Amino acid sequence: MAAGVATWLPFARAAAVGWLPLAKKTMPKPPVDKSSRSDEILYVNVSGVRFQTWKNTLDRYPDTLLGSSEKEFFYNEDTQEFFFDRDPEMFRHILNFYRTGKLHYPRHECIQAFDEELAFYGIVPEIIGDCCMEEYRDRKKENQERLAEDTEANEGMDAPLPPDSTSRERLWRAFENPHTSTMALVFYYVTGFFIAVSVIANVVETVPCRPPKGSVNDLPCGEKFGLAFFCMDTACVLIFTFEYLMRLFAAPSRCKFMRSVMSVIDVVAIMPYYIGLVMPENEDVSGAFVTLRVFRVFRIFKFSRHSQGLRILGYTLKSCASELGFLLFSLTMAIIIFATVMFYAEKGTKGSTFTSIPASFWYTIVTMTTLGYGDMVPNTIAGKIFGSICSLSGVLVIALPVPVIVSNFSRIYHQNQRADKMRAQQKVRMARIRMAKKGTTNAFLQYKEDRGIGDGDSTALCVKNKSAFEHQHHHLLHCLEKTTNHEFTDEINYSELCMTESVGFRTSRSTSLSSHQGAQNNSTGCCPRRARRRAAMRLANSTVSVSRGSVQELDTLHFKTTSIPPQTRSSLNAQCVNLKLNCGNPDYTAAIISIPTPPSNTPDESPPLSPVPIPGILRNTRATAYTHDTVKVSSL
Amino acid sequence: MGLDGMEVIAIVVVVGLFYVVLKQFGIWEPLSLEESNDGDLELSMVRHQPEGLDQLQVQTKFTRKELQSLYRGFKNECPSGLVDEETFKTIYSQFFPQGDATTYAHFLFNAFDMDRSGSIRFEDFVIGLSVLLRGSVTEKLRWAFNLYDINKDGYVTKEEMLAIMTSIYDMMGRYTLPSVRDDSPFDHVEKFFQKMDRNRDGVVTIDEFIETCQKDESIMASMQLFENVI
Repeated sequence: MAAGVATWLPFARAAAVGWLPLAKKTMPKPPVDKSSRSDEILYVNVSGVRFQTWKNTLDRYPDTLLGSSEKEFFYNEDTQEFFFDRDPEMFRHILNFYRTGKLHYPRHECIQAFDEELAFYGIVPEIIGDCCMEEYRDRKKENQERLAEDTEANEGMDAPLPPDSTSRERLWRAFENPHTSTMALVFYYVTGFFIAVSVIANVVETVPCRPPKGSVNDLPCGEKFGLAFFCMDTACVLIFTFEYLMRLFAAPSRCKFMRSVMSVIDVVAIMPYYIGLVMPENEDVSGAFVTLRVFRVFRIFKFSRHSQGLRILGYTLKSCASELGFLLFSLTMAIIIFATVMFYAEKGTKGSTFTSIPASFWYTIVTMTTLGYGDMVPNTIAGKIFGSICSLSGVLVIALPVPVIVSNFSRIYHQNQRADKMRAQQKVRMARIRMAKKGTTNAFLQYKEDRGIGDGDSTALCVKNKSAFEHQHHHLLHCLEKTTNHEFTDEINYSELCMTESVGFRTSRSTSLSSHQGAQNNSTGCCPRRARRRAAMRLANSTVSVSRGSVQELDTLHFKTTSIPPQTRSSLNAQCVNLKLNCGNPDYTAAIISIPTPPSNTPDESPPLSPVPIPGILRNTRATAYTHDTVKVSSL
Repeated sequence: MGLDGMEVIAIVVVVGLFYVVLKQFGIWEPLSLEESNDGDLELSMVRHQPEGLDQLQVQTKFTRKELQSLYRGFKNECPSGLVDEETFKTIYSQFFPQGDATTYAHFLFNAFDMDRSGSIRFEDFVIGLSVLLRGSVTEKLRWAFNLYDINKDGYVTKEEMLAIMTSIYDMMGRYTLPSVRDDSPFDHVEKFFQKMDRNRDGVVTIDEFIETCQKDESIMASMQLFENVI
């Protein structure tokens, strides 16, 4: 029930006194209302902005946060008010909802922020008043479309192929997305070149060349250099045919492929040649053959695979089909009307060019589109009057649907731009996330070293550079290690160890080495190639700790380290640096994956990451290093 | 040379276009000069301010705080300060979603609207509530009698009672157990008149009504029912 109804309920109950003398049965006892009757003012502090309202106002909607006892959780005894750490601007709208019973959507706010606030205060968005509902729905739909586009872009073509894709799938990938491999790019440019050559050849062969000796008339170049053009044509058609057959072979669904527009264009582009080969040279069909050559011009549409703008244009026209249809329909109506009128107006005059109504169609079209060739001109007064009305109305009829088409095109074009920008942004974001993950694991491994080296005293210095959050996080990871009796390590150590260790480890490790971060990890087996730069084993028994990536975050410990320049490590290895000084590195970004902190510090961390090669120390090694201590290997 | 058919049509069309264009620019008014709509300039809001708080305190039995709370709620719902009959019917109908409460709301409206102005002001509202919630039993009975007496002539006839009863049964709606028969209100009215009409003259006067009710235990007990509504 609405707010107002709650206000009137006491009145309705009081009016029930009128039924009492008429009652057939005795009345039930009224409910006892234990709550305090008097109304009081509540203070609500939202991030410093104090709001005050009557308690009754908030009680109108008992199934929301503010109307129920849930708000008691936010009560601050010291200041005797309810404190919410949320946006005060949004709260204004929420409170107005309680006061007036209507929820309004502020147009300048982000739709997601608004939704989150509503969800927090327990208000369903359906209550939004009619005045703002349309705007809200439009924005929400737009936002959802954008999110859907993003997810589509994410799982789109740029994701690397799983390693077990067949050659057919790879071929299809190469065709659809030329930037994935150099071969595809080469092929893309070659076909583009041949399309251009073919189209130019078609055009040039009709240009009149100088006639050969002994003849007077100009000859089109196509007949003068017939053989050359024929060879060029053959070459182009061969390339196109080859391309088409390859696409057909690689297509995941052949039927769908054959029905697609591009494949139809391909077929239409190359069919005339084959038909020409097959057809005999007699005179009857050569006329038809000449006509067929017109279809060669369709090769120009093959460019749409190469140009995104063309595709957008085509898509726009398709999406504006209804407007275009309306335009055509109204034009047809107008043409018929005016042609009829002009015909009858000009019927009497001698030598009139308006011989029939269909003949007048031409005049009407030329006039309505304001071309005005002048080959058909009205002579009578009536004809001239109607002719002028025709040209005026032509301008209007054509101008009306054009803005709709233009706005459609603009919208689709911008959508496309946005998709490209999203993709670029996505790459940056993924890179950042990767760096953040690396940072976390580095921090943890460094923490372990520090802990392992000094028992208590020396670690005290290191402690204050890390936040409480980091400490707790590292402690948590440490607990996990103790639980499973394995230790965390990084890829380098791990891969080195597997070189020195026996084959027995091979089976246990096949999955964890496959870093899902990138395609650079070429090894599916035990040891990556870069582990060839070996380390001298300091410890006799080494423990290799394999984190059995059961937790999502743990998987990230196997990261790739190609970004670190090798010389920094080697330069450091030469020095003898006291371990304590390493704690002076304040730049650890111990960020969990979900927090997008700028991990730009990670490359800078590399210098201090390798402490002195003191024997028996746990160390995390990141890049090429001549000497690194390894971790203890224990087998469970 | 005479004009042909087509030329006549052409000239007619041209003249028509001229007319349309001139009318659009307002240069040439059509012959019938109707009243241009000045009506929407009139002030539509009629506002009413209630009497002072002190006077209302005198007239009713509510405390100052209660009056303040009541007025706040009232003003929130009706910013103009007046409740007209349509609004009243809408509000009252919200409490009885199954049936049709409009007829009874009409009677109720008339009971509250004491000066027959067609709209309930805050004073009417509050005075009525004061009687119902804080008044003596006699006052409440008097109020109920005023409700039943549709034409306010001091007598409740069978027709008036039947109208009231029908409207009350209408509020029940269709889906009741046992279902409301067509003569249920009539039976109820008969019973009522048997009880109330002492001198069997076909009408119930205020004294008969009060006297009968005071003798009825259950009615007297139930009069205390709605004391603590506010």
